[in-house]
Amino acid sequence: MRNSLLWAVLKVALLLPTALASQEKIERIFAPGSQGEVTLVLRSTTDVDVLRPIIEAFVLQNPDIAVTYEQWGSNALFQNSLAACAGNAISASAVFSSGVHQMIDLVNRACASTYRSEQTTALPAARRWRDELWGITKEPAVMIYNTDLVPAKDVPKSRFALLDLMRRPTSIYRGKIATYNIEASGLGYLFAFMDSLEASTFGALLEGFSRTDAVATCCSWEIINGVSMGDYLIAYNVLGSYVDSATFENIGVIHPQDYTLFLSRAYMIPKDAPEKEAAALLLDFMLSTRGQSLLKARNLFYADTNDTTLPESAERGISIEPTLLVAGDKHRREQFVDLWRSAFAPRDMAR
Amino acid sequence: MNESGARVAVPFRTSLMSRVMLGVLALLAAGGVIVAIAALAYGKQAATQSYDRLLVGAAQDIAESTKIVNGAPVVDLPVSAFSLLSLALDDRISYAVREADGTLLTGYDTAPISINGGDQILFDAMMQGDAARFTTVARRFAERDYSGTVYFTVGHTLLARNAMAIELTKTALLGVGIAGLILMICAFFVIRSTMRPLQHMASELRRRDPYDLTPMPIQGPSEVTVAIAAMNQFMRRLDRQVGAMRNLISDAAHQLRTPVAAIRAHAELVADHGALAEQQQGLERLLKRTRSLGSLLDQMLSRAMVIHRTDNSPPEPVDLRDIALHVVELEDHMVLSPQAIVELCIDGDEVLVLADEISLREAVKNMLINALKHGTSPIRVGVTGKGTVAEIWVADAGAGPSPDVLAQIGTRFERFAASKGTSAGLGLSIVSAVAEAFHGSMHIGPHEGGFRVTMAFPAMGGKDAQ
Repeated sequence: MRNSLLWAVLKVALLLPTALASQEKIERIFAPGSQGEVTLVLRSTTDVDVLRPIIEAFVLQNPDIAVTYEQWGSNALFQNSLAACAGNAISASAVFSSGVHQMIDLVNRACASTYRSEQTTALPAARRWRDELWGITKEPAVMIYNTDLVPAKDVPKSRFALLDLMRRPTSIYRGKIATYNIEASGLGYLFAFMDSLEASTFGALLEGFSRTDAVATCCSWEIINGVSMGDYLIAYNVLGSYVDSATFENIGVIHPQDYTLFLSRAYMIPKDAPEKEAAALLLDFMLSTRGQSLLKARNLFYADTNDTTLPESAERGISIEPTLLVAGDKHRREQFVDLWRSAFAPRDMAR
Repeated sequence: MNESGARVAVPFRTSLMSRVMLGVLALLAAGGVIVAIAALAYGKQAATQSYDRLLVGAAQDIAESTKIVNGAPVVDLPVSAFSLLSLALDDRISYAVREADGTLLTGYDTAPISINGGDQILFDAMMQGDAARFTTVARRFAERDYSGTVYFTVGHTLLARNAMAIELTKTALLGVGIAGLILMICAFFVIRSTMRPLQHMASELRRRDPYDLTPMPIQGPSEVTVAIAAMNQFMRRLDRQVGAMRNLISDAAHQLRTPVAAIRAHAELVADHGALAEQQQGLERLLKRTRSLGSLLDQMLSRAMVIHRTDNSPPEPVDLRDIALHVVELEDHMVLSPQAIVELCIDGDEVLVLADEISLREAVKNMLINALKHGTSPIRVGVTGKGTVAEIWVADAGAGPSPDVLAQIGTRFERFAASKGTSAGLGLSIVSAVAEAFHGSMHIGPHEGGFRVTMAFPAMGGKDAQ
């Protein structure tokens, strides 16, 4: 009896940290003076601070809805959504993730419910699939650098320039170039995978990362902070929207001129979602003119008015389409990760 | 009679046009349904075939990209395979790569297995509750460190297939619809132009005065002209009968008035005169007048009857000899002029004509009476068959009527008769009418030193015709 009780306590103690770890932050957002009769559980990979103004505007417009905002890592969110789809976890009202390939997989597994409205049908074909998945944002994958430490002539305007920089025999950039750890970050994996499809420069990039002992690390925030602090001089494939919302004075942003990937965070209403109507309302709100202008204000929707003018042909949107399933394939992923590890392994071993 | 009422009293029926158009429409509708079913079947088949090729292509693409690395099959899943599958825009995709023992190498473990189908098999299965189409392609490996078959299953849901089938069907139906519409329009114009003579006839009839019995113009296709001709024939007959009736009435009015007035005058004379001798004389005159009136009435009625019969009794083969024989055997002449000699001139061959027996008898009777009254004995009644012409005649030994009387015979017999208060000439009018009714003719003239009245008919049957 005691034993079993101890075991139960132990189990809770064992399970609790993992649950907390997967779910980084929880915040309840509701209109002032109203508790909200309907609770919309939004599971998102986006930093709560970034999306808060939009959610606040939404609950102000719909005072009877309160939003419980859960911030997740993209891989954890994918696992959670899969479990919810299989009925092994409580489903969110809506899932909003930057791991677009994972969202495609979820929709492909019939885990989403269909919704159509004027706003969703107005979306271009590359930003919706089956009326079950919608691309809300348009965020570039950029290179950032520390403006204090990187000489102006060194600033790489394209991947080729970055390659040249990394090929210098003696380089101040050794160990000072950072990018996402693709094993830990769904978004990092997606960017790297798209790079591998997009151009032959990817192999050279990996070789360059290997040569300069580049750092693969986790999480946008850490990378940006690291560049600002001078821990890293250049970071590759950082989500542009985070950089601008972070407003660091000493960080320069480069939209690579050869091509720049654009990510559309995908929004999905799970098939077993509670409060589907509220989730659809939030979707329509984010796609509405007001929602879009709020997203633009938070730098979540790339506008050409930026000082960095990008040629049209260099814009490569990551289409929301089933070809992204390839990114999620077990063998393909294993091979890709192996390739990645082989580039970053020497340094890890050196550590 | 209310004329306008007679015109309106045509009962309303669906027009021939609308009936034919309805028929054409029904035909087209039936054809449309058949074409729709055929188109749907065809569309489904076409969609199945084209998307099956995509599936097989994708599966083979994946099979191609599989290599044996360190003794295990490794799939380098090609994006091109999924681009191929993405051509079915909104369809969910399932794929699985399995070893022969069913171990899943990569892909979805929910993808169905169909291993016993040879190198390539297509099958239907469900994908998370949706109907889907799958293919399994087998690839055999015979490497140093791996030997065996790997099965590549690829499938997708049926949205694009169904959409394509419906699209194809729609296109086919649109074509059929347009063709049908054109056909309907063509049919409408063709039928309308075909119906126009009928409508023309109908409107002609509607416009026509109910008392107008003049023949209608014969125009249009044969079907219509037959109807118009039949109608014209009917109207002609009606017209003749109405005319005959009118003649009878006016004859009765005009011709009977004088003799009846004369009889009345004689009767009054007889009544007024006291002397027996005068009364006797008056009675004789009265008797003579009455007899004359009787024969006038006789002739008028027989003429009306003849005209009625010729219009109403279908002509039958008649032997003219029977007619002559019958008339002579009646021995009417014994009453009219007992002293006259009447001879019958017939031989052994039958002389057949198409006519009405009673009308002919009446006509010949009149010819005989005429001869008895105005001619000179001996009188001969005879029949002659001359090839295509059959004649029946009455001849006498006299010189015939005077030329001016002969001239008048050709015009109006009735008026001539009526003015004199006798029946003279009316008999020949009957003869003429009967002759004409049966496509024959009447001839009057001197013949072999006498005077002869002849009815000539086209001969039928007999030995000559055979």
